[in-house]
Amino acid sequence: MPTVAKGDGMRGLAVFISDIRNCKSKEAEQKRINKELANIRSKFKGDKTLDGYNKKKYVCKLLFIFLLGHDIDFGHMEAVNLLSSNKYTEKQIGYLFISVLVNTDSALIRLIIQAIKNDLEARHPVHICLALQCIANIGSKEMAEALTKEIPKLIVSGETIDAVKQSACLCLLRLFRTSPETVPPGEWTQRVGHLLNDQHLGVVTSATSLIHTLAQKTPEDFKPCVQLAISRLSRIVTSSYTDLQDYTYYFVPAPWLSVKLLRLLQVYPPPEDPALRGRLNECLETILNKAQEPPKSKKVQHSNAKNAVLFEAINLIIHHDTEPSLLVRACNQLGQFLQHRETNLRYLALESMCLLASSEFSHEAVKKHMDTVITALKTERDVSVRQRAVDLLYGMCDKSNAEEIVAEMLSYLETADYSIREEMVLKVAILAEKYPVDYTWYVDTILNLIRIAGDYVSDEVWYRVIQIVINRDDVQGYAAKVVFEALQAPACHENMVKVGGYILGEFGNLIAGDQRSSPMVQFQLLHSKYHLCSAPTRGLLLSTYIKFINLFPEIKGQLQDVLRNNNNLQNADAELQQRAIEYLQLSTVASQDVLATVLEEMPPFPERESSILAKLKKKKPNVSDIEVVKEGKKSSNPPTLNNSAANTPEATPASAPVPVMAAAPAPAPVQSASDDLLGLSAGPAAAAPVTNNFAAPAAPAGGGGLLVDVFDTPPAQNNVSTALAPQAEENFFNMPSGETAPSGDASATELDGRFAIKNNGVLFENELLQIGVKAEYKGNLGRLGLFYGNKTSYPFQFFTPTVSCPGELASAMNVQTKPLDVNTVEGGAQVQQIINVECIADFVDAPILSIKFSYSGSMQQINLMLPVMLNKFFEPVEMDATSFFNRWKQLSSPGQEEQKIFKASFPINSDTSRTKLLGFGFGLLDGVDPNPDNFVGAGIIKAQSSQVGCLLRLEPNMQAQMYRLTLRTSSKSVTTRLADLLLKLF
Amino acid sequence: MIRFILIQNRAGKTRLAKWYMQFDDDEKQKLIEEVHACVTVRDAKHTNFVEFRNFKIVYRRYAGLYFCICVDVNDNNLMYLEAIHNFVEVLNEYFHNVCELDLVFNFYKVYSVVDEMFLAGEIRETSQTKVLKQLLMLNSLE
Repeated sequence: MPTVAKGDGMRGLAVFISDIRNCKSKEAEQKRINKELANIRSKFKGDKTLDGYNKKKYVCKLLFIFLLGHDIDFGHMEAVNLLSSNKYTEKQIGYLFISVLVNTDSALIRLIIQAIKNDLEARHPVHICLALQCIANIGSKEMAEALTKEIPKLIVSGETIDAVKQSACLCLLRLFRTSPETVPPGEWTQRVGHLLNDQHLGVVTSATSLIHTLAQKTPEDFKPCVQLAISRLSRIVTSSYTDLQDYTYYFVPAPWLSVKLLRLLQVYPPPEDPALRGRLNECLETILNKAQEPPKSKKVQHSNAKNAVLFEAINLIIHHDTEPSLLVRACNQLGQFLQHRETNLRYLALESMCLLASSEFSHEAVKKHMDTVITALKTERDVSVRQRAVDLLYGMCDKSNAEEIVAEMLSYLETADYSIREEMVLKVAILAEKYPVDYTWYVDTILNLIRIAGDYVSDEVWYRVIQIVINRDDVQGYAAKVVFEALQAPACHENMVKVGGYILGEFGNLIAGDQRSSPMVQFQLLHSKYHLCSAPTRGLLLSTYIKFINLFPEIKGQLQDVLRNNNNLQNADAELQQRAIEYLQLSTVASQDVLATVLEEMPPFPERESSILAKLKKKKPNVSDIEVVKEGKKSSNPPTLNNSAANTPEATPASAPVPVMAAAPAPAPVQSASDDLLGLSAGPAAAAPVTNNFAAPAAPAGGGGLLVDVFDTPPAQNNVSTALAPQAEENFFNMPSGETAPSGDASATELDGRFAIKNNGVLFENELLQIGVKAEYKGNLGRLGLFYGNKTSYPFQFFTPTVSCPGELASAMNVQTKPLDVNTVEGGAQVQQIINVECIADFVDAPILSIKFSYSGSMQQINLMLPVMLNKFFEPVEMDATSFFNRWKQLSSPGQEEQKIFKASFPINSDTSRTKLLGFGFGLLDGVDPNPDNFVGAGIIKAQSSQVGCLLRLEPNMQAQMYRLTLRTSSKSVTTRLADLLLKLF
Repeated sequence: MIRFILIQNRAGKTRLAKWYMQFDDDEKQKLIEEVHACVTVRDAKHTNFVEFRNFKIVYRRYAGLYFCICVDVNDNNLMYLEAIHNFVEVLNEYFHNVCELDLVFNFYKVYSVVDEMFLAGEIRETSQTKVLKQLLMLNSLE
């Protein structure tokens, strides 16, 4: 039995706990608990005169039962009662029960808050402390709102005793974390800073945590603390271990406080005042010196405490990153630890060194330890240490050692733990791309990666190698040769087949001259893998075959046989079936010229951040910081292949404008299920470009953006879904593909149908750019606000939007565009442009907005239609039944009436139809038509040259799901145009 | 900051669980099981630090008990490792040669010890003398 029990030992509780421990089975335990619960319940219910001791005992038993894992649904009230006891032991149990068990949304919370308030004002400091601890333990929003203002005065008052100050500091910290807005800075903030000078080191310890957190939010408010923290730290590190008595731990003076102070200093840059800075550097040097002194004790506690301070000092040195001598000393110290017999120290040294590697001052010094780190990678028993070694190798890698490090990582990969393989693959892929010795080496490395750890090679990795091979024509022949060789292995990974299929499809012709890799041999080699592959890979191979038909007309027959094979033509997989049918048809129908254009070699990809790096960042959020710091320090360029390539002498400047997409004159629309084709998931995305060319006529939406996006998300789906977004309303303008864009670089994006009845919304969106529109119309005038938002983190340069009115529109509409004030749109920024339009006569086509800009070196062009339709200049008219019918009769000559009977594209709903007609601009005339289901409306088109009155009758037929639409106006062209617009709304 | 403190025995029975951030009961149970699975498989040659979800567990084994502190990944590992030891020394002094049973029978007192030394996920007091003095004073109260 425990020995501490003094006056407050609860015998009944001890007996109960013993009973539970003696239970032989779960059932027996449950029985004993049920018995106890029944007993406690009857005590709480029956005996009104239950004294404090018994109440405490039973509440404590309930708590014990809860901690065993049983639900407790009573006793809360009794616990709250205990709070108002003036005996410490009873209060303590009450508070404990509440902290552990009471939900923050409990109905009792108000009672509890009142009890806490009382205790905060109690005379006995012990009661104040209990209340503060309870707040700090629960820390709910209600508590923050009700109690925060009580706390600061406890912290700064001269009368508060130290223990209360300590608890109050941390209590405030908890409330600040819960809801910072309830902790307004005030006069107390300054005085909190002075607690760093407090005599009581326990108070300083608590206060430092509070200040650290507050300073992270508003560093300016706590700037004076820097000086206080440095002088406090200096006093600690220069003291002997006997000075601080209570706070010396195994001969180390105040290790925890030292660490906290060093962390607080990491909120700020190095002090500007030279004297202060000198003093801090002295402290840091002293700490580094102490690491070299012989230990004062052999106990691990001594060295741990000492090294805790040392590692935090090194963190501060790295954070400041301004003192080369300190950085190099830190590096040497860590170097010693790399070979220490304590695993903990080796682990922590690897971790810290990873940070050091990113400093330009110590990067070279870190590299000296490469061999040790490689040994660690091979010999450490603890996988988390090996993981750190991988991180450090990655961190210290640069052009000079990339070849060796990549080779070591590749060889380790063969035996690496499964848990870290995928991450290692990403790291190898990034290093190989970032520091390519030359591009043949790069290709070799990635293929090795696939060979060794194919299962762990994510799609991003093999997309990327293809992207790079396509962008660099000096490596294409080599790539074709090595994938051809790699494919000859009897068992090769499916990812290898994908890369091989893609690269041979594009560049197989470069090695076809050799008899050993003649077209037929290439084809047979690929096709020998076909049946072993999953559907997405087969899809990719089918695309390769159609490309072969173009590259090698001499084997067209054999290829068509494969396409024609029933396994493909009637494949259960719709995607494969579709590809087989379409490719077969394409190869039969299209002339060699058309085929050559459709299947033209892929144009280079625009340079952008490596998708692999993005994936690594996503995987390890904490890595990204390091990465960002590192990139920021080494160069301000985004880490793409091209940037690093630009550093290598043989690289060609790659900033010349690259057309985003080769104009692809579309073959006859193959079929209408374009979204099936476009809906390819990421798997066969690399094959998608070919397919996209097919789909172009059916869905030119964002065609220009497609290629850009191939390597990120499944882009096609994005485009389809935005184009058809809200309730799949039909696209209003189905632009014939022939007249897409004047330049042919990017096809004009279709207008979204919903703009016919709406004035605001997102007009266009792709990976780079979002365009929002807000429009107002009055009479024949309109005003459009366009908002161009840059979604990337790099600027768009030479950003020039222009609006043009093609053809007849030029005489029907005046458009005035205010030029932009700036021609650069910064990353993440938005600029606005106002466009005024004036309708002169009725019109059909919409004005075209064409935007050109340069994004990381390549020109982008986007052509869009502005959402300006004839009905925007439409004003509703009210009239009674008689005048309606009079006018209706007047407009009965041929050409004035247009009648359409059509099938409903959307479910027939009276309310929706009403909204659509009103949004379109009609005034609705109720009670004119005898049939209440029909709609009758009137309005006027307000063009400058003429005003055209317009009458409408819309008759829905629920049974047939049909509409009859009748429009009468005085102008034939207006009638036709409005009918066309309306037709697509219903 | 500290996210939670757990004391578990080798069989996975929890002897103390102190939470410094909001988890619901199911989540707490899951964390307890995961931590147990995570630390008990490690041997003495391994580090005292394990990555755990987005956090890090700093732990040390004393006889059959694992003392685990879950902290942020960029926190100072050694500082928390020694905080565990400091805490254990206080328990040892307070209970005169602490054993697992002391923690069972006096579970409500262990919470008091924790609150003296750690609060709001931060280290509150590190002086063993001061903590013990305060605890003895509390013990003398009715």
